[in-house]
Amino acid sequence: MDDQEKAGFFRQVAIVGADECDEIGIVPHKGILQLHAEAARNALDDAGLALSDVDGMFTAGPGWSPTLQMAEYLGIKPRYTDSTSVGGSSFVIHVEHAAAAIATGLIDVALITHGESGHSNRFRPGSGRPSMDPWFPMSQFELPYHVGGAPTHYAMACMRHMHQYGTTHEQLAEIAVATRKWAMLNPKAMMRDPISIEDVLSSRWITYPFHILDCCLVTDAGGAVVVTSAKRAKDLKKKPVYVLGSGEATTHQTISAMPDLTTTPAALSGPRAFAMAGVSHEEIDVVEVYDSFTYTALVTLEALGFCKPGEGGAFVSGQRTAPGGDFPMNTNGGGLSYTHPGMYGMFILIEAVRQLRGECGERQVKDAKLACVNGTGGTLSSTGTLILGVD
Amino acid sequence: MTTEYKKPLPTPSPESKRYWEGCKKHELWLPYCKICEKPYFYPRDFCPTCFSWDIEWRKMSGRGTIYTFGVHYRHFHPGWAEEVPYVTALVQLEEGPRIYTNIVGVDGDPRNLRCDMAVEVVFEDVSDDISLPKFRLV
Repeated sequence: MDDQEKAGFFRQVAIVGADECDEIGIVPHKGILQLHAEAARNALDDAGLALSDVDGMFTAGPGWSPTLQMAEYLGIKPRYTDSTSVGGSSFVIHVEHAAAAIATGLIDVALITHGESGHSNRFRPGSGRPSMDPWFPMSQFELPYHVGGAPTHYAMACMRHMHQYGTTHEQLAEIAVATRKWAMLNPKAMMRDPISIEDVLSSRWITYPFHILDCCLVTDAGGAVVVTSAKRAKDLKKKPVYVLGSGEATTHQTISAMPDLTTTPAALSGPRAFAMAGVSHEEIDVVEVYDSFTYTALVTLEALGFCKPGEGGAFVSGQRTAPGGDFPMNTNGGGLSYTHPGMYGMFILIEAVRQLRGECGERQVKDAKLACVNGTGGTLSSTGTLILGVD
Repeated sequence: MTTEYKKPLPTPSPESKRYWEGCKKHELWLPYCKICEKPYFYPRDFCPTCFSWDIEWRKMSGRGTIYTFGVHYRHFHPGWAEEVPYVTALVQLEEGPRIYTNIVGVDGDPRNLRCDMAVEVVFEDVSDDISLPKFRLV
């Protein structure tokens, strides 16, 4: 039995600061730790808090013990750290963990940071992923057959969805096109030239069934959010963005162990978050979901329950998720067109906060009061869902 | 193995030794849970469904279907440089478990493969100790 509605941080906890680092996109002249630190400074400034107010440190990288590295680098001695690292969903999950720590009085101010040189690290000496233990399942049973990064596994999941439900390349391309339209309204987005469905369909293959325009960018970027109690939030600079509901789920790591390739753990974390918040899908004004690939966004809408399994293709057709459509989604331009340094979950949080505060200028969703945020990590392995709201 | 093998090789672990020994003999063996009465993948000392440690090893038929696949147009490892495009797949064995593998011997455009096509195991001898189970259409 899932008793998430009995848990709950209902209006006890709020996100009070959110920002990127100073430059995002191609930033070869700055290291990963610099991206974290700039983002931390900017998000704390946004909140009207000082680094000395922070007593909880949350991050997902870099290295074997991310929060040790970051706390030392920033020069703080937090009494609570959380290095939960389950892929790009991690930062969304950190908000749930921070909310729990704040609601129980263990900490007062949580700082969640992210920084990654996904683009530039490819050209830096000594960089790259640490080698994996040779006895681990991935080393023994996947790498000998080739794993070409995330496209390999996500393409295979998408292929099963297309086979089982008749989802088409054109339907996937709808998401790429709609997301680019949002990016055209975001000065910080990397890709701002218009694209058409035909452009997506004629772009080169990466891993079939994905064209390159079905795939997210690979950039350098950092971001941070600051979380504190609703009580303290009332005295800070900006309108508090309350954590109304949250859910977290993991189902597998390697794709051979994935229970059902045509859904995601959001089918578990989504209902938990909605139950805790006590809101319905119809009440949500803006949706920010991880779009590592067009398919990731499509299947996430199904898993969260915005439509039924298999109906995601029809749901996103007709540019429904684009500016002016009736289902605004990924309003920053997404991982597909705005930025995606490797673990993108931080940036859907930042965009949701900005939309709910009404700070989005040309791309502002009118009267946005409730946002649904969903991060996806690993091989469609882990999710964090948040329902955020403002008064 | 006259030419040098350039792709990553698996390192058998204490839990998977029996699996790789089977492959060496061109047989597909998997651990079988005596409580759940079904085999599972990947090999470990206990059943991932019920956490029973009462297991035994059983020989699989080697027959299955393509559960899903992807066709790769770039390589991330030099070992595959000469083979683009190539196919990674999840094969669903007729006994139930899904295995990550390659579909080999595909005639024509691999994008013409379809999920649920019938396949059978073939073994590729890649070193003195290792034979990799791969699958071909039947």
